[in-house]
Amino acid sequence: MSRETSTQRHLHVALMGNPNTGKTTLFNRLTGARQRIGNYPGVTVERKSGSWQYGGRRVTLVDLPGAYSLAASSPDERVALDFLTGRLAGEKPPDVVICVTDASNVIRNLFLASQAADLGLPMVIALNMSDTAERAGIRINTRLLSQRLGIPVVRVVATKGEGIEELEAAVNEAADNHATMARTPWPESVETAVAFLAAECEKKGNRAAGLQDLQRALFDRDGGALARLGGFAREDAETLLAKAAEIIEADGLHPVSVEALLRYEHIGHLTEDAVTFPEKHGDTLSLRLDAVLTHRVWGPVIFVAMMLVVFQSIYSWAGPFMDAIEAGVAWIGDTAGPVLAPWPTLQSLLVDGVLAGVGSVIVFLPQILILFFFIALLEDTGYMARGAFLMDKIFGWCGLNGKSFVPMLSSFACAVPGILAARTIEDPKARLTTILISPLMSCSARLPVYTLMIGAFIEPAYGATVAGLTLFAMHFVGLAVAAPIAWAVNKFLLRTRPLPFLMEMPAYRLPRLRDILWRMWRRAREFLVRAGTIILAVAIIIWALSYFPRPPEVRENVKASAPTADAMAVDRLTDAAYIEQSYLARIGRTLQPVFAPAGFDWKITVGVLASFPAREVIISTLGTIYGAGSDVDEESGDLRSALAAARWPDGPRAGQPVFTLPVALAIMVFFALCLQCGATIAVMARESSWGWAAFAFAYMTILAWLGAVLTYQLGGFCLRM
Amino acid sequence: MSGAIRPLATLRVGEKGRVRPLKSGGALAGRLLALGLLPGTDITVVQAAPLGDPVEIEFRGMRLSLRKSDAAAVEVECFS
Repeated sequence: MSRETSTQRHLHVALMGNPNTGKTTLFNRLTGARQRIGNYPGVTVERKSGSWQYGGRRVTLVDLPGAYSLAASSPDERVALDFLTGRLAGEKPPDVVICVTDASNVIRNLFLASQAADLGLPMVIALNMSDTAERAGIRINTRLLSQRLGIPVVRVVATKGEGIEELEAAVNEAADNHATMARTPWPESVETAVAFLAAECEKKGNRAAGLQDLQRALFDRDGGALARLGGFAREDAETLLAKAAEIIEADGLHPVSVEALLRYEHIGHLTEDAVTFPEKHGDTLSLRLDAVLTHRVWGPVIFVAMMLVVFQSIYSWAGPFMDAIEAGVAWIGDTAGPVLAPWPTLQSLLVDGVLAGVGSVIVFLPQILILFFFIALLEDTGYMARGAFLMDKIFGWCGLNGKSFVPMLSSFACAVPGILAARTIEDPKARLTTILISPLMSCSARLPVYTLMIGAFIEPAYGATVAGLTLFAMHFVGLAVAAPIAWAVNKFLLRTRPLPFLMEMPAYRLPRLRDILWRMWRRAREFLVRAGTIILAVAIIIWALSYFPRPPEVRENVKASAPTADAMAVDRLTDAAYIEQSYLARIGRTLQPVFAPAGFDWKITVGVLASFPAREVIISTLGTIYGAGSDVDEESGDLRSALAAARWPDGPRAGQPVFTLPVALAIMVFFALCLQCGATIAVMARESSWGWAAFAFAYMTILAWLGAVLTYQLGGFCLRM
Repeated sequence: MSGAIRPLATLRVGEKGRVRPLKSGGALAGRLLALGLLPGTDITVVQAAPLGDPVEIEFRGMRLSLRKSDAAAVEVECFS
């Protein structure tokens, strides 16, 4: 009764459906901008929800992860099942379930609905992408289908907003009528087998498992369902299930296929005459496109060309926006700086610490937005699956699969969303492997380092073409070592059985710009919140380490040693003198011998150390150390000339330039291979465990050091030849 | 009309057949069945990836790619 009254005022609705049914677009249509994004408690599956008012009720919609089945063989499906059954901590079971189906594939999509029907929840079927189905000649009599299923069936075109109003009304109606979908009739042997399991559980005193759980356990056998029996040792549970399976077998049914056969048979009856297909149907457009896009020769060529366009766009299109952001930040600093002049420490903290930190965060937004524009475009058009299809053989041998392509490509912007994207990989083994190697992909935070080094030492000497090629090559350094690392991790560290790799090749679709923009915004916000806060905190810590201690005699000494210098020059000299005796410099000097084989002096060592929590910090650190000011960027002429002018003060190479070509290359290789990103480590720990995050940090640091040393030594050898 | 029974992995692009009952259980069988690859379903091998693997099959209007190692578990009665 209490459920009834709560339903009256506040409806909890779950959005469920197969992947590739336009579920996200429908979710966006229904909720608009009123979305909340988080995680399901205890699991790493994204939870999106949104609410609105309809028909005097408050409707809260939760988007369940896409699933083909409630068999719960992947984390996503487990979340969907647990949510629907109210087993997820902090979540109550929904009042109504909207099952999104692709109208062109309604029969297959109803399989999931039929499984959910057994849970006894009120349901509504949304026939999404009905326009495409109608164009293909597929006729769906919604009234007849609704009658047969016993629940509302609504024709929807989420991309155009058609049928949204009707869907909302149907949800209200289903809540009022408690309309549940017609259940699959099970033969007596299935009922007997479930009753047998129930009796055994009863003997064990386990009343937690309901009949639905036991039925799922019976059908799924080795899925997560085994644990649902509860109270039994694994072997005992398996024996019980085997006995239950024998009951079904004795009836002449095949325990493996009984669920699918009977459900599809039932769906066949329900949809007979209600869904009719044309004589000859099939998505001829997609087939024609695939004749080119997955062609033996043209497929990979087009794929590589597309990836090149993506790189190029991040590198060049983002430039003007990044310049504008930096100019804006610099303007604020110049404006606020003089006002704060009476309090030098506060001035430095706010301008060099906080403002510079904020600037170093938001400067990534253009790149992240552009990359996620492409990723959303590739996914929403259906091309991503083709990419995975083309790439699977290349990834497969080292324990990854074609689906690793998405997180790895995402990691080229930022490993944080890349690692999050690894959730789409069902196989836990391939998923963990993908997470562990994702930070090796050259993320956009490495770009400033490459830009600085290439701009200062390669472009002036070898021209724009070599500069471009070097940049391209740097993006492949991490990729090249990632594969053997993945293979080794799979071979020696992970010893579980991999899941089969099955991937739907969705029909090609025109994406909806609003969905793409929405994804771009969400990813950007995720970056600001998850990574931005850490980068900002690090910027302030590094500022403090390089600002203190602050003995007044340093300034006096500078003045005394350069009596003829003007005030500006004294200021710069003083800044450089202060940092030379800062805590950071002291640490750098101590550790410099470790990096000496890579050709790093103590200043570069300081830069490397300062950028362990966030790699892009090296730019401003080098700027301060080399007296070019901390407000430099990778395009800064001051910083470039300061680096080019740097000389070894003493030792065997006294007077020679610090930044030779091998040193510049060694720095780039170090940054390409090292896990200098607090945000990535944090996300990794959350998506796997702190142990794996520590492992990734350790192997990448060693790899980076080896790579840098090798580059420097080989480079020096080649130059001497 | 009954043709030769062969593992799905051995079918060439363009060949068609009818799926035989899956012999083993497990995650692969469960997943294929949920997707509607039931015994008696007609399938067509649509294309193969450039390196020959994975292959893409079509059944009930669904296009699915799977590795040959996984496809080996599915037996097909080929249409001649």
